Amino acid sequence: MSGLRPDLALIAANVAPGSRVLDIGCGDGTLMAALRDDHGCRVQGMEIDPANVTECVAKGLSVIQGDADKDLAFYPDGAFDYAILSQTLQTTMRPDHVLEELLRIGARAFVSFPNFAHWRVRLSLLWGGRMPVTRLLPVAWYETPNIHHVTIADFRAFLSERGITREQSWFLSGDKQCSRSAANFRAEHAIFLLKR
Amino acid sequence: MASAAQIATRSIVLPEPLSLDSGQSLAPVTIAYETYGKLAADKGNAVLVCHATTGDQYVASNNPVTGKPGWWDRMVGSGKPIDTDRFHVICANVIGGCMGSTGPASLAEDGEPYGMRFPVITIRDMVRAQVALLGELGIERLHAVVGGSMGGMQALSLGADWPEIPERVLIIAATGTMPAQNIAFQEVGRQAITADPNWQDGAYYGTGKAPDAGLAVARMAAHITYLSEESLTEKFGRRLQDRKAKSFGFDADFQVESYLRYQGSSFTSRFDANSYLYLTRAMSYFDLAEEHGGLLANAFAKSKARYCIVSFDSDWLYPTELSRELVHALNAVGAPVSFVELSAPFGHDSFLLDVPALDEVVTGFLSQ
Repeated sequence: MSGLRPDLALIAANVAPGSRVLDIGCGDGTLMAALRDDHGCRVQGMEIDPANVTECVAKGLSVIQGDADKDLAFYPDGAFDYAILSQTLQTTMRPDHVLEELLRIGARAFVSFPNFAHWRVRLSLLWGGRMPVTRLLPVAWYETPNIHHVTIADFRAFLSERGITREQSWFLSGDKQCSRSAANFRAEHAIFLLKR
Repeated sequence: MASAAQIATRSIVLPEPLSLDSGQSLAPVTIAYETYGKLAADKGNAVLVCHATTGDQYVASNNPVTGKPGWWDRMVGSGKPIDTDRFHVICANVIGGCMGSTGPASLAEDGEPYGMRFPVITIRDMVRAQVALLGELGIERLHAVVGGSMGGMQALSLGADWPEIPERVLIIAATGTMPAQNIAFQEVGRQAITADPNWQDGAYYGTGKAPDAGLAVARMAAHITYLSEESLTEKFGRRLQDRKAKSFGFDADFQVESYLRYQGSSFTSRFDANSYLYLTRAMSYFDLAEEHGGLLANAFAKSKARYCIVSFDSDWLYPTELSRELVHALNAVGAPVSFVELSAPFGHDSFLLDVPALDEVVTGFLSQ
């Protein structure tokens, strides 16, 4: 698992070996390669940036250039054991539709996102009155790809509204896991394992 | 200039007649082909490269008719993305062509050239002939089949209808269904040929007259569709050809006119007009969905191959949307597929030209 970003390492450690996996927003394919090489998974990817797709294919990975908002519709129901959406939910046009699609095409879904209710974000708004620019939200408001900010509390509420089962969740602060208590305040970053 | 009939091509004659989609049968069938790189003892390293409409089997060696390097010399060879140190590369002239495989200029049973008596063929018929060639060569599985444009259609057809043969299918700048706009452009080309009085209903062989003017116009029209506006503007703009002012006549005043005239006339010395009619007809008939009950995804239902599909952002002849249709059909059957739209300024011709990202994709996909 060495070399994987902590959130990706957590996901990789919790994927059953040999599974069929779709990694949506797979970037340069780091997680895909780890799942393929270390976990014997059959992995496919989707990525919006053509330079990243080229890099993935050059690494021997099956990745399509596509958009989570549009291109998930073409996969059949239950095509994968896991659909993974890491750090991408907040960039989609309709996160609710994307989540429903994940749970349609995957038996389970890993979803990770930066928590907009982390205390640094809150402080930035409260004291500075400015949109936060933090380690996980590094881009200014006018050019950020993050168009649907979400907090852990929002996400939990969404799951219960939609009747989606949370099988497991992990919370990260400074790349270390933190407890569930006060996660909405203390965690920079959340990972959920979901099931319909 | 030498014609294909005068050059020594490597070829075999198929032992059986070829049954065609039209219901007709073609015999005898000669397939002219070239190979590059050694076939491994287990025969597991064969890569079939399928050529585009006006291509030929000389993918990586000098073309004996034009004397020019192979049409994909930059992609196929020692140390290149389709590495002949690793792979045994096979490229065959399609049936209906004019570089040694049986086509309209070949002699029919009565000893006269077929001309328009040659049966109308399809992309699948071209692939049938190549599958028969592989059989004669003792090759049952392909490490990969690779093709751009009409070559990509052949690669798709092989993957769909002979799913046991290719392990990887690489399709560049192609489509599963020929769209109306492309059918339309090709009809212009065919009309230019058949309107030339020298065409003589296709029976021009041995008359000393060939429909060169018509074929040249067909090539000029087609050539425009292979380029992008950006590449035409970059290459020629409105610059004048060897003159300082417009002639107020109908000479090739503009460089772009002169270039197209040259492309047209040089094409006639290496290509047979009737072959052009037959090959473009085959492309306009190509509809992989129609061949599989109206649903493109059905075409791939039995496929076990990995697919890789590449389009180019400046290719308006086979735009990215057509590639996406293929990707979605492959997604629907859960096939492992890669797809990327590469940025390149050269239009449809990008697949033949210097696009480093394409090299990376081809290298990576063939090593998957």
